[in-house]
Amino acid sequence: MTYIVAENLVKQYQNGHVPVTAISDINFEIEAGEFIAIMGESGAGKSTLLSIMGAMNAPTSGSLRVDDIDIYRLKQDQRADFRREFLGFVFQSFHLIPYLTVEENVMLPLTTAKKSGREKQAMAEKALTSVGLLGKGHRLPSQISGGEKERVAIARAIVNHPRVLLADEPTGNLDSKTTREIMELLQRLNSEDMTIIMVTHSHECAGYTQRILKVYDGRLVESS
Amino acid sequence: MTLKEIALKNLIRRKSKAAFILAGLVIGVTTMVAVISLVEAMTSDINQKLEKYGANILVVPKTENLPLTYGGISLGGVSFEMEEIRQEDLTRVGSIKNAANVAALGPIVLGVIQLNSHRALLAGVDFKASRILKPWWQVKGTLPGEDGVLLGGEAAQVMKVNVGDSVEIKDHKFIVSGVLQSTGSQDDQMVFTRLSTAQSLLDKQGRVSMAEVAALCTACPINEMVRQISDVLPGAKVMAIQQVVKGRMETLAHFRKFSFGVSAIVLLIGSLVVLVTMMGSVRERTGEIGIFRAIGFRKSHVMRIVFIEAGIVSGLAGLLGYLGGIGAAKIAIRFFSESQTVSVPLNFKLAGSAFVLALIVGLASSVYPALMAARLDPNEALRAL
Repeated sequence: MTYIVAENLVKQYQNGHVPVTAISDINFEIEAGEFIAIMGESGAGKSTLLSIMGAMNAPTSGSLRVDDIDIYRLKQDQRADFRREFLGFVFQSFHLIPYLTVEENVMLPLTTAKKSGREKQAMAEKALTSVGLLGKGHRLPSQISGGEKERVAIARAIVNHPRVLLADEPTGNLDSKTTREIMELLQRLNSEDMTIIMVTHSHECAGYTQRILKVYDGRLVESS
Repeated sequence: MTLKEIALKNLIRRKSKAAFILAGLVIGVTTMVAVISLVEAMTSDINQKLEKYGANILVVPKTENLPLTYGGISLGGVSFEMEEIRQEDLTRVGSIKNAANVAALGPIVLGVIQLNSHRALLAGVDFKASRILKPWWQVKGTLPGEDGVLLGGEAAQVMKVNVGDSVEIKDHKFIVSGVLQSTGSQDDQMVFTRLSTAQSLLDKQGRVSMAEVAALCTACPINEMVRQISDVLPGAKVMAIQQVVKGRMETLAHFRKFSFGVSAIVLLIGSLVVLVTMMGSVRERTGEIGIFRAIGFRKSHVMRIVFIEAGIVSGLAGLLGYLGGIGAAKIAIRFFSESQTVSVPLNFKLAGSAFVLALIVGLASSVYPALMAARLDPNEALRAL
């Protein structure tokens, strides 16, 4: 079943008075439950494409439909709700909130949800269990390793059971052993019917995915 | 995890910034509370003193003539020889709207008598009322009974009589029951006796020359009371003795206006401190706000975090500012008032107002930073990380 459809996506930025095209005329379809890697050189437009798919960066033209919802026709608050309910984000540098504990970081997407504190805590513990961090919830981000931070970021991304997980270079700052562990974790989440789209430079990481979208100079040059 | 917890944890983490905002607001609220407390304490002190001044409303018979006396020197005409007030009419004062504010009503009958070999002014007074109307009277001896007189200090000296001596007025013998210590007023030269005795001696039964009224001054509408008494006593002229009071109150009003102006400026500076610090805080947290927005926080959620932070600090500033203000007022009152009795009481209404004012200032100053935070583009904010 086709879940994500991108049609003629174009994104231009203004650099002073000069328009710069970040991505141009991108079309693709992603099935529900797919594990996709987006690859390309630095500056090719991978992260721009991911942010557009993350409902955070409106394209200059074209459309993006997720589950038949034209995301950029939604109002800003509706897009925020969409991000909260449909998407999970794993950022390149973890982006954990330093003054919140691991468990509180994981609970962040549930902050505005109409659930009791106990329910939120149970969901956070479940997410931490699934990334192998149960028992470390009370620690601060500064008290855990890089690999653990990445796991916390993943736990935060999956805590509210999103349909799509967007990951921007999730293993960019990790050693090879931790990278393998994280990729196996993502693979496991994908096997539980989660659609995962991951930006990566690493062919090894891309090897874990089912399909690779290659971006070159803002254009989609290959889908394999 | 709730928005409140996020706000609280951020405040704890950024203690110095929170302390800076707190200090800015505390100084503003402290100044305002100190000034208000100071002015209130001084006003209350003045009001208490005014009550001790005794009579503050005078009721005299209406006359077409102008008095021909100045500084105690008569230049012709006798001001008390005019149509007198009927004593029973004075009872109407008890029926005015502000009757509860009337602390005492003292009718006085005046007349010239021959005491021993001296001519003197006799005043028949209600000695019970005179305790309130003339609280400065200090009597050597006792207040007179039916056959007694009270002499002013100067009168006793001139007539060479002392407490216990016998004097004769219109063939009646009276005992000098007491002598007034010097008051510096005309009372020093007068002879006092009971109202009924004086009326009988002067053949003025049922009539009085004038009446003094002591109205409780704390927030009592003197001018309004003058109007009310005039209405029930149309044949009398009712006057408020308030020139001195007015002068002091006007000075206090000027001080109040000036102080409020200064406080408003201090508070404005406090609000600018909040504004600038909150803007700095929002800029520092650009990435964090980007994360909040990326994971699905609405603009309103981000604004609420900023407002909760401002609210917590402002509320605390309100409480601390109130306590600081009261403390400052207690210290400052020693320099502003010579009176030993003046005090700065705790005022819960003022405490509530300080709390609300601090909240309003803190929240109003945070509107722009909150909007700035909410308007952050999550994509741009995340790039800043």
